Amino acid sequence: MRSIRDLLPLIVGAAVVVVLAVLPLLNLSIPGILPGATYTPGSLALMSLCMVFAALALSYNLMLGTAGLLSFGHALYFGAGAYGLGIVLQAAQLPLVPAVFAALLGGIVIAVVTGAVAMRVSGIPFAMVTLAFAQAGSVLVRRNQAVTGGEEGLSLNTAGVPDWLVGVINTRNLYWVSLAVVVVVYLIVLWVDRSRLGHLAAAARENDLRVRVLGLQPNRAKLIVFVIAGLCASLAGIAYLLLQSGTQPSAVGADLTITVLVMVVLGGVGFRWGAIVGGVVYTILDQRLTVLARADAIHQLPDILRVPLSEPLFILGVLFILVVMFLPGGIAGTVDGWVRRRRGRAVPDTGIAALEQSDTAGVVAR
Amino acid sequence: MSTLVLTLIIGLGLGALYFLVASGLSLIYGLMHVLNFAHGAFLTLSAFVGWAVAQAIGVSSWGGFLLSVLAGALVGAVFAALTELILIRPLYERHIEQVLVTVGLSFAAIALFEGIWGTDPVTVTGPAWLGQTTSVLGASIPNKYWVLIIAAGIVLAGLVLFLKKTRYGMIIRAGVENRAMVTALGIDVRRSFTLVFAIGGAAAGIGGVLAMHAMTYVSAHLGSTLLIFAFIVTVVGGLGSLTGAAVASVLVAVLQQVANTYLGGTGDFIVVILLAVVLLVRPAGLMGKRA
Repeated sequence: MRSIRDLLPLIVGAAVVVVLAVLPLLNLSIPGILPGATYTPGSLALMSLCMVFAALALSYNLMLGTAGLLSFGHALYFGAGAYGLGIVLQAAQLPLVPAVFAALLGGIVIAVVTGAVAMRVSGIPFAMVTLAFAQAGSVLVRRNQAVTGGEEGLSLNTAGVPDWLVGVINTRNLYWVSLAVVVVVYLIVLWVDRSRLGHLAAAARENDLRVRVLGLQPNRAKLIVFVIAGLCASLAGIAYLLLQSGTQPSAVGADLTITVLVMVVLGGVGFRWGAIVGGVVYTILDQRLTVLARADAIHQLPDILRVPLSEPLFILGVLFILVVMFLPGGIAGTVDGWVRRRRGRAVPDTGIAALEQSDTAGVVAR
Repeated sequence: MSTLVLTLIIGLGLGALYFLVASGLSLIYGLMHVLNFAHGAFLTLSAFVGWAVAQAIGVSSWGGFLLSVLAGALVGAVFAALTELILIRPLYERHIEQVLVTVGLSFAAIALFEGIWGTDPVTVTGPAWLGQTTSVLGASIPNKYWVLIIAAGIVLAGLVLFLKKTRYGMIIRAGVENRAMVTALGIDVRRSFTLVFAIGGAAAGIGGVLAMHAMTYVSAHLGSTLLIFAFIVTVVGGLGSLTGAAVASVLVAVLQQVANTYLGGTGDFIVVILLAVVLLVRPAGLMGKRA
């Protein structure tokens, strides 16, 4: 018999999704966080963007939190989804659904090829190699102006897209699509985490040598997790293209990967809900700090305060450094530790600190 | 023929620039296993300070040029040493967190540079000689590439002398080879960490100011562009190997230039292919220790 406590996360999760789903029909205002009431296109667009980035952060957490792969090229798969769909809609004139599948297939192929090569090395070299691949993708996008629009970016060709997904009036529908994407990605990530594959990848993160001694193949498991994470990122990229009616080269660049990394670390590495919270908090902070930077109060400050405060990315970067140094569990890890302590249970290392243990274990094993 | 000579020498000059960035990265990784994402920020800050110094003294004079390079080296060294002391040291032996902190620093620093110097590139004109060309075997080589090659040569020679002839250099080399053993001998390796950071920062600083003079502009993103190629160079050359970094810098840059000239501007792409091939054949890099 399952107790009510086991079902609690399911009930809470379902309730959150239902509340989020009915938000566009309500007239709620959250001053300071949303630009207007929840039914207005501006607020809906911001919330949709939060969800797209939450989905991307979830996919990155699958890689970093579950498999322990520190990749600096995750934006490549997000960009593959966004640009893939854009190019297929533009060039092949396909309807939306087949075009989405084509874009996802493209994302998978890129993830398999780059993942297989990058897995030749592990740890820090792996991070550098994935960064180089993402950079190559970024260069390809910027150079091939005829196909990708170059620096100008690619705008969505709406010929194949159903009318209910086009235009500001239909932001509500796009919001529901984004919500569906984040739910689908969450379920995929949950399924991987609970499967034998996820356990194997997690075990390899803890101690690669021991898993190999047991006769298992951790590298194959890690590669499959890498590809699934890439697929989820492509899905987020597809939602991004539809939401923004276009995409820019920054969607493939190293900056986006670093942004996602900041989201995941901020939320708490290894916690699915942490990744979602991190993605949402980061997106809202970025948006709000940009508004704050233009505020009069900031402009009247002396230069030494005005310049740093009017750069949202500076504030976020400093926040990130502080979290890494003083709060390695992130938001989720800190809350989790606090709850465990109240219940009188032992508090394991969470977040980046947990990754670190496995890192040193790997070094010793070698 | 003259196109080939031009391509090769420009490649060599670009390789010199990569080496100035990659040498510090490689030494830092070899000794401390830290991948320093903030290296690009060291370079950019040095370039901006070098620009300010050159403006103050007079951009077109050689004195201004040399002083701007010296100021760049100094700024790079101080910035790097402070980074090590304040951000890296408290996270001793926690490699992933150290990498993340440098990522955050680079993120924040680029935003701050944009806030101070603006998002548009700042242009600079160095001594007139830098803008002229010298004829070699019928090819007109822009003089700025000679400066890059000479500077990288001096830095390489200085680093080799320092590592081979001085006591601190010996400790650093021994630390790269086997850190546990050096610690067991009663030497505090950690003291040399700040030194390695400062040396790497100084090399990156020189690279930054010279890159500014070579490209005749400086922007907040100067460092991040060069950093990615420096990463590729360190992986191809073998992490922790100074010779590897030198050889790979030239190899990567020459290949990039040749591909740009003869294969229709595919240089950046070819470099990534080279990286993939090296990883498939020799995952430890050309001169890496561990196979």
